[in-house]
Amino acid sequence: MASLHGQRVVRQEDRALLTRGGTYVADVADPLLDGAAHVTFVRSTMAHARITGIDVEGVRTAPGVVGVFTAADLGLGFAPMAVPVLPPAMARPWLAGEVVRFVGEPIVVILTERRDQGEDAAEQAIIDYEPLPVVAHPEDARNDEVLLFPDHGSNTAAVFGDEGDASEFADCEVVVRERLVNQRVAVAPLEVRSTAAAVGADGRLNVWMSTQAPQSARHAITRAFGWELDSVRLIAPDVGGGFGAKIGPYPEEMLVAWLVRHLGRPLRWLETRSENMVAMGHGRGQIQHITIGGGRDGVVLAYRLDILQDSGAYPSMGAFLPYMTRVMAAGVYAIPNVACHATSVVTNTMTTVAYRGAGRPEATAAIERAMDLFAAEIGMSPAEVRRRNLIDVASFPHTTPTGAVYDIGDYRRALDLVLDAAGYDELLAEQASRRASGAVRQIGIGLALYVEITAGPTAGKESARVEIRPDGRAMVFTGTSPHGQGHETSWAMIASDVLGIGLDDIEVIHGDTDLVPRGMGTMGSRSLQLGGSAVLEASEQVLDLARRVAAELLGVGVDDVVLDHDAGVFRQAHDAVGGASVSWQQVAVAAAGEGGSLAAGADFQASTPTYPFGAHVAVVELDSETGLVTLDRFIAVDDAGRVLNPLIAEGQRHGGIAQGAAQALCEEMVYDDDANPLTTTFADYTFISACELPSFELVAMETPTPVNPLGAKGVGESGTIGSTPAVQNAVVDALSPWGVRHLDMPATPQRVWRAIAAGHDLSSRQGT
Amino acid sequence: MIPASFEYERPGSLDEALGLLAEHGDEAKVLAGGHSLLPLMKLRFATPAVVIDIGRLDSLSYVRDEGDHVAVGALTSHRDVARAELLRRHVPLLAHAAGQVGDPQVRQRGTLGGSLAHGDPASDLPAVALALGATFVADGPQGRRELAGDTFFEGFLETALTPEELLVEVRVPKVDGVGWSFQKLTKRAQDWAIVGAAVLHGNGRTGVGLINMGPTPLRALDVESALRAGASASDAAALADVGTEPTADLNADEAFRRHLVRVLVRRGIEEAAAGTSG
Ligand SMILES: Cc1cc2nc3c(=O)[nH]c(=O)nc-3n(C[C@H](O)[C@H](O)[C@H](O)COP(=O)(O)OP(=O)(O)OC[C@H]3O[C@@H](n4cnc5c(N)ncnc54)[C@H](O)[C@@H]3O)c2cc1C
Repeated sequence: MASLHGQRVVRQEDRALLTRGGTYVADVADPLLDGAAHVTFVRSTMAHARITGIDVEGVRTAPGVVGVFTAADLGLGFAPMAVPVLPPAMARPWLAGEVVRFVGEPIVVILTERRDQGEDAAEQAIIDYEPLPVVAHPEDARNDEVLLFPDHGSNTAAVFGDEGDASEFADCEVVVRERLVNQRVAVAPLEVRSTAAAVGADGRLNVWMSTQAPQSARHAITRAFGWELDSVRLIAPDVGGGFGAKIGPYPEEMLVAWLVRHLGRPLRWLETRSENMVAMGHGRGQIQHITIGGGRDGVVLAYRLDILQDSGAYPSMGAFLPYMTRVMAAGVYAIPNVACHATSVVTNTMTTVAYRGAGRPEATAAIERAMDLFAAEIGMSPAEVRRRNLIDVASFPHTTPTGAVYDIGDYRRALDLVLDAAGYDELLAEQASRRASGAVRQIGIGLALYVEITAGPTAGKESARVEIRPDGRAMVFTGTSPHGQGHETSWAMIASDVLGIGLDDIEVIHGDTDLVPRGMGTMGSRSLQLGGSAVLEASEQVLDLARRVAAELLGVGVDDVVLDHDAGVFRQAHDAVGGASVSWQQVAVAAAGEGGSLAAGADFQASTPTYPFGAHVAVVELDSETGLVTLDRFIAVDDAGRVLNPLIAEGQRHGGIAQGAAQALCEEMVYDDDANPLTTTFADYTFISACELPSFELVAMETPTPVNPLGAKGVGESGTIGSTPAVQNAVVDALSPWGVRHLDMPATPQRVWRAIAAGHDLSSRQGT
Repeated sequence: MIPASFEYERPGSLDEALGLLAEHGDEAKVLAGGHSLLPLMKLRFATPAVVIDIGRLDSLSYVRDEGDHVAVGALTSHRDVARAELLRRHVPLLAHAAGQVGDPQVRQRGTLGGSLAHGDPASDLPAVALALGATFVADGPQGRRELAGDTFFEGFLETALTPEELLVEVRVPKVDGVGWSFQKLTKRAQDWAIVGAAVLHGNGRTGVGLINMGPTPLRALDVESALRAGASASDAAALADVGTEPTADLNADEAFRRHLVRVLVRRGIEEAAAGTSG
């Protein structure tokens, strides 16, 4: 059997997903859930207010209602902080009882016999509010005039980095400054949040949750309520997307577990799309001030990034993201002087959390905009300025001024490859001719290079267990928790390569803490490099055990036994095909007969994170009369080390590029000045669709990393990280004839048209 | 996201439907394709006590040649309008625009009558009907009556139909050989227009309908008269926002809408003159 490594193996999980549909939490038909009541939350309609009264009498008598709980009824206090270093005074109550701090914050829990009855009953709840002044924008939060948590004394949740040295830019001929907004986006997974729970016959609590990290969710729930870890079994069935926002359990989800424990009745919660838009964590949300300085020869000498992170009302992962932004601040450049300082503040909006890239896209967006601004200022091509500042291929591992140690890369080659594939010179010629003719439809060419960090500082280790069943089939247990990433296929490929067992005879098990008690789940592009490496090591250990058993069966020494990968049988070394052999089945049966089992577990932890990198070119067409920007071409070089399954890696790149382009062109979670959310349906929140995207032109590049046996880096987020600034830079480039040097995302027709109109004003003023 | 509870009626004939409407009046809402009504009900912006589902009244789904005009049954889906050979030949503007509504699911369910009766200024087909000079046929307790397009749209989501009336047919004049254009600016393919324009011009006929330029679907009367008087495309289009009252939303403020409508109407006139479609 030829090695599967590098083969375009079709995803094994898709047949089921595409034909009979997945089994998501709402589909789980376990008998334990028979007769489950449905959970509905009454949510705040005010962004910041004191609660002066909660009248639920009308709710109690509404049809189908079997339970109503307010904060006072629960008597539970506060949910634990998702990130322990954040100020305890900013903890989120399980239900708001005294003050609400964002529109969508849960105040009352209603249990009903049928799900639809919950929404009717919720309308009967009367909440009296006394409005408090609202902090809608992080820049307002910063001045601490209105405090969300007076006990804390300020709106600052976290501070990172160094203030830097004012003389950093003293030696620079040219210094450019800009304020950039990396806008808040909704995560909008196709499957909204959902949890179901029931007490089993053994008295343990079974919890089904749409999560990226079932083992951590079990820890979080048991720790929050002081329960024994073993008293909860957590199951993540098929999960319809998470993108980072389903890493940690939310208070709503944990409360469902608590209520079942206390009432003994099974419960189901499935939020609505409108709830999801306002009450699932949002992504991004940084205001960045960049300063970049250097010489007219194009060499950048100093770069400074000041970040104001919007943490939302109750700080969580979002408050922590600038830490990652800071680590990656320098990008692919050998800039001698780099400083980054960040402040995370709370506002009366939904909490921000990790979202595809989680802090790294923000770093890349800042430095790649800065490079373009610098290039424009000195009148040099963006490609040339970048080329002059790249980290040299000979200098890896490379330590950056903000402390990242890049493992390996060849950024110049990525740049050359992408420019070549794009036909950069022809694009420039086409652009020049359109500009010369004053065409209504102009083109913009955007370039972005990126390096990012995967399996980062908190990635920990990942577990795997491989077991051969008496029928000769292999079971692979993994602590990763796929929700679209194709682990069932990829892990089977790895095991198959080691064991010589066909993909059809390998089953990958994940997402059930009874079957896989230890694991960290899937986030931060960690799964293949850690979880996959663990599968590799566990498979190798099982092979060792099997060779020992086979040696006994064949009556030869262990060193004389080889696995014939093609036939999937063990033979004596150098023995001709057709000679004595034993199958996996025989070996497994023999092992079981001796009271043993053919199984091995491994935990894999890498010595350092890995740093995927790449170069992206976006070509946009600008309709200068309407402001409409269309993405015409997208060319991407993404180097994620050695690629296990190109089909899956390309799928990750496709999705990532689309999501990044969406942030650059269309998406924004908008709150008005009173912190009312305005984009709460899919009619208003305009995420991108296939119609708005070209076929991506993907260029392969593989620089294996030395830090794991697969040579793999993460690829789940890199598309987003590179494409966002590539598309944004293309938009700004298209607008440059109107004197535009920067335009914040998203490049909506109105925003683009205003920039053009302001540019016209500029030229007419200059003309007079 | 779950509608408030309601009574559900599914009449088997037009008479039965009209009887139910007469009985329930403004307590009731007619359900055709449901693609405007159901979202409103799910968000609980609409809470009708009775929903009268006319979706099975097949007799209201047709496209017929009536000599100087084409008669389209109110229940004809956007998809069927887009594909109807009669319309593609004699009223290509309508067929084309119907093919631009929303996405394939929306076109499969949404109906021409629902689109017009809903009276949403952001919808495509009301503006097209105005540009074409279509006539609407209503049926109700007082029997059938014909309504001119120009007086049909009375206010935001308000039409000249009484609560007891059904829109049963739309009569569209044949405009063979007349230049036309449909201009719709959207951020994404499936979106409603930020602004749009339906233009019919040539062979002695002129009609310009505007999308999302005020509380109701509108005709650009000043543009039409300028064109009749022989104005150039850009001179005529410069008048496109005259008399409009565009609202501001997340996509566009008033100034941008006024700008856009002038651009789109100019492009529409130019395209109609060039005789090309789409
Ligand atoms: C995602 C999405 C995208 C869309 N995009 C667009 C778009 O780009 N352009 C566009 O124009 N539209 C768009 N629509 C709206 C769509 O075209 C609707 O289908 C249409 O506006 C209403 O038609 P309907 O048959 O669905 O009416 P319904 O929703 O069933 O009814 C709408 C209203 O009209 C009344 N009504 C319906 N039929 C009659 C009748 N025969 N007599 C009297 N009253 C009646 C109903 O009582 C109700 O008040 C979109 C809808 C969705 C969900």
